[in-house]
Amino acid sequence: MTAKLQLIGIKKMLRGRQVLNGVDLDVHERRSLVIIGGSGQGKSVTLKCALGLMKPDAGQVLVDGADVTRMPEEIRARVMRKFGMLFQGAALFDSLTVWENIAFRLIYADNVARTEARERAIETMRKVRLSPDFADVRPIELSGGMQKRAGLARAIIAKPDILFFDEPTTGLDPITADAINDLIVEMTKELGCAAVSITHDMASARKIADEIAMLHDGKIVWRGPTASLDTSGNAMVEQFVAGRADGPIQAVV
Amino acid sequence: MINPFAPIGRATIAFCSEIGRFSAFTGRAAAAIVSPPLFIGQFLRQCLAIGYYSLPVIGITAVFIGAALALNIYVGGARFNAEQFVPNIVVLGITRELGPVLAGLMLAGRVSAGIAAEIGTMRVTEQIDAMTTLSTDPFRFLIAPRVLAATLTLPILVLVADIIGVMGGYLVAVNSLGFNGAAYLRNTFEFVEAQDVILGLVKAGVFGFIIASMGAYQGYHSSGGALGVGRATTNAVVGSIVLILAVNYLITAFFVE
Repeated sequence: MTAKLQLIGIKKMLRGRQVLNGVDLDVHERRSLVIIGGSGQGKSVTLKCALGLMKPDAGQVLVDGADVTRMPEEIRARVMRKFGMLFQGAALFDSLTVWENIAFRLIYADNVARTEARERAIETMRKVRLSPDFADVRPIELSGGMQKRAGLARAIIAKPDILFFDEPTTGLDPITADAINDLIVEMTKELGCAAVSITHDMASARKIADEIAMLHDGKIVWRGPTASLDTSGNAMVEQFVAGRADGPIQAVV
Repeated sequence: MINPFAPIGRATIAFCSEIGRFSAFTGRAAAAIVSPPLFIGQFLRQCLAIGYYSLPVIGITAVFIGAALALNIYVGGARFNAEQFVPNIVVLGITRELGPVLAGLMLAGRVSAGIAAEIGTMRVTEQIDAMTTLSTDPFRFLIAPRVLAATLTLPILVLVADIIGVMGGYLVAVNSLGFNGAAYLRNTFEFVEAQDVILGLVKAGVFGFIIASMGAYQGYHSSGGALGVGRATTNAVVGSIVLILAVNYLITAFFVE
């Protein structure tokens, strides 16, 4: 079966440092892959290369088997329609109301009439359990958890094939974080899409992942089902999961 | 051994590559303006923000400049009995030079800094990346409407500044320097030529393009959180001012020749 998303030998150098040094990953339909790894190991860069926000120096990104790495912008924009992304800080547009944020793609990329777009935005707000009472407020008036819900609603409104999550629970209290994890699982199942997430939060990784991959020094050093995380046999994974300062990974302080 | 030419070479290369990047950026912005779709709502919002809301600052600047110009020309003209040329020189100075340049400099502070800060904040909070993932080109949605709005509204602002500036000179000349009001206005209109006004408006359009492009360029490439946005804002103002003054000379020289 063709992978929904496949990264082959992705390399990226930033400011003279080899951040990614041959990353190979794939994720299939209805599967959720979580990439774990320490700070500065290239998780965000991997995600940006997959999304096309950054061009890799070498390697290929395949979406449904088609190489999108060096596609012209206009064709790549069409591929982008298959993606939905929840950013770490939600990245909601300050100048727009919550419903306009959620319906942004419908209004400005898909030319859906504003009345219909608003209805669909409010329907999606209900799905992510964000009260429609907040539809007409600005994002700055929402709490962190509500902003994540709005960001998730924006990511799923156009029913993407592949959902990306960048540190979905960072900055949230444990209860809100768990609620967001539940929503991520529920929404990816409902949409039947593939999901790729990056996180430091092991509780979140265990909850949302079917498979976990560990990125270290610009390479995938381990990959396996979530159930095998505690019996990985990989010293780096064991250290990371246990959260120990001593081990093969040197803490950056 | 340290090569004394190395820092000069590095600075020259950095300067040239910056010019190249800015040129490529403005080219992409211009392409986004002339090819559909243009986000009309965004464009109208920017016309309001850049044009309409700049009217008070442009009007106040113009009236004082016109008034001060009249006083200075009167004093200078008195040295060789040429006080009667006050209306002629005021209108020439305002329409050809001071109107567009001062409006450009004021807007470099107000508009270019504002655009750099807004787009820079969007960049560092990943809003621009988010826009791309929502299948919307930031050049079309954010940059093209701002550049087009500034290019079209600055000539209108300068036209208003020209009128207010001339009126500033008129008020001082009539109320403080003893000029006859009707004669002052007759001299003004008889002396000014269409090409004087056109030169000012051409400059204004180019300055509008520079102001918005420089603000957008600096903001779009900002990084490093609040510090980066601050740096982008400063660079936008300084870059716009330097470019406005340099281009002002080139346009003037071109029209004079």
